[in-house]
Amino acid sequence: MITEEEVLHIAKLAKLKLTPEELKTFPNQLSQILDFFGQLQEVDTEGVEETSQVTGLENINRKDEICVTENTEDLLECSPHPIENRSIKIPKIL
Amino acid sequence: MNITELSLTELSQKFKEGKLTSREITEAFIKNIEAQNDKLNAMVTTTFDLAREMADAADSRCENDKLLSPLDGMPFTLKDNICTKGIRTTASSRMLEDFVPPYDAEVWQKLKAAGVVLLGKTNLDEFTMGGSTETSAWGYTRNPHDLSRVAGGSSGGSAAAIAANFCAGTIGTDTGGSIRQPAAFCGITGIKVSYGRVSRYGCMSFASSLDSVGILAKTAEDCAIILQVIAGHDEKDSTTPDKEVPNYSANLPKSLNGMRIGIPKEYFKEEGMDSDVLSVMNSTKEILKKMGVELVDISLPHTKYAVPIYYIVAPCEASANLARFDGIRFGPKIDGKTLDEIYTKARSYGFGDEVKRRILIGTYALSAGYYNAFYRKAQKVRTLVKQDFENAFEEVDAILTPADPSVAFKAGDGYSNPLKMYLEDIFVAPASISGICGISTPIGKNKENLPIGAQILCPAFKETLALQIANQIEKEIKD
Repeated sequence: MITEEEVLHIAKLAKLKLTPEELKTFPNQLSQILDFFGQLQEVDTEGVEETSQVTGLENINRKDEICVTENTEDLLECSPHPIENRSIKIPKIL
Repeated sequence: MNITELSLTELSQKFKEGKLTSREITEAFIKNIEAQNDKLNAMVTTTFDLAREMADAADSRCENDKLLSPLDGMPFTLKDNICTKGIRTTASSRMLEDFVPPYDAEVWQKLKAAGVVLLGKTNLDEFTMGGSTETSAWGYTRNPHDLSRVAGGSSGGSAAAIAANFCAGTIGTDTGGSIRQPAAFCGITGIKVSYGRVSRYGCMSFASSLDSVGILAKTAEDCAIILQVIAGHDEKDSTTPDKEVPNYSANLPKSLNGMRIGIPKEYFKEEGMDSDVLSVMNSTKEILKKMGVELVDISLPHTKYAVPIYYIVAPCEASANLARFDGIRFGPKIDGKTLDEIYTKARSYGFGDEVKRRILIGTYALSAGYYNAFYRKAQKVRTLVKQDFENAFEEVDAILTPADPSVAFKAGDGYSNPLKMYLEDIFVAPASISGICGISTPIGKNKENLPIGAQILCPAFKETLALQIANQIEKEIKD
């Protein structure tokens, strides 16, 4: 069972502010989902390797050469914030 | 002849022979979209002016005998999580309601280079999280076979667009069934390619170890000619192996005589399954037997764990992937005194409920103290699900299952009980977490005339085989 307090804590980690309605429904819904995951515990996985990826590919390198991909100006234009000196202007962080 | 009812293969042939112009074909689809999209809500954005321009260009290539590919001049749509330069791409999320990508996804680059005409972008569950498009910020897509029902999801807009004759072909994405389930619900063909077969560059990430880009179309034959254009290694997506791209149409006409197809008992349980789905599946088995296929009873014992694995792995990866939506580089214009305030306000405004739920589950499962119990455990059991398939494919060439336990469900209260919605993925999640390929093909209808689909699963990179089997079933049922 996941409490309202725990939901608030995870939401803070995930940078989400929940509405009063969400805070009412989420603890119960998330508890049900997490309980459902419990059935995995019945599987014996002693000595079983994890599958983190399925292709078996390793260390894909490219040549260390300068190449131009996307246009920086175009990428910056996607930002809703003011652009100055090819940078996005945000509030002070220090 | 109604142009829009023809398959891509037929349209392409008529175009090449000079019997139809690309402009005529394009106008016919535009007319259909204009007449029916208000009730279906399959399209998020339409690009008719661009489509007309592209069609005219294709027509002049045709006149000069300079066609670029079998897809040249053919009108397509793209799921709205695939970036299109200069054309709004929303992922059906308020987070990206005004996002105009500065570059094209590789899959669209390739289609464009092949001469494809773009009619617009199709609806999806927000960031692909859902199975009905009901989590879309733009409202859900109706099923063309019954407007009170959903088209499935997350590629529901794409599936409805094919079923309603809005386009000749469309590109979707499949992370845990998002192509195969809507294809089944709408009575069309959809292929989830093997993990890594098609570049994901420029497609919005949901769960990186599962996401795949695939095709929805009227027939397996159509899927084959589209896959021919979009498959292959891409330097910009390092998860695409540099494997040969075979001729996907080569085996389509070949007989299935002597082939061994597995029937996994875990996918044919009477409990929780529509009886009509079971009986139509039985007729399909009979059809296969008559073709000389040997049906082999098999077991995939870890099947039931695929859904819990999927709903741990996918939200964990999503919680990391969606961290980029912080309201700084893209997203809604939100002011705040601190950076933290901007992040939190933008994310709380931009994301819908289901996306928030999954981010919370993922954040929880990855947090200190829970990582071993959830993510690591899930990745271990995932190995066992994958091994089930590997063992089965030593005995059989392919596996036949229903694509979904039931037909398209009624729109409405799905997400009041999210867990119930998650369980819908029981037949599609196992292939996703194993990285193998699967195709969903229409095999009949229930008593209410709603489509039923079969799923054919094949080992990774055996798309040619999956397409061959689907094509043979489709041809047999049609005749």
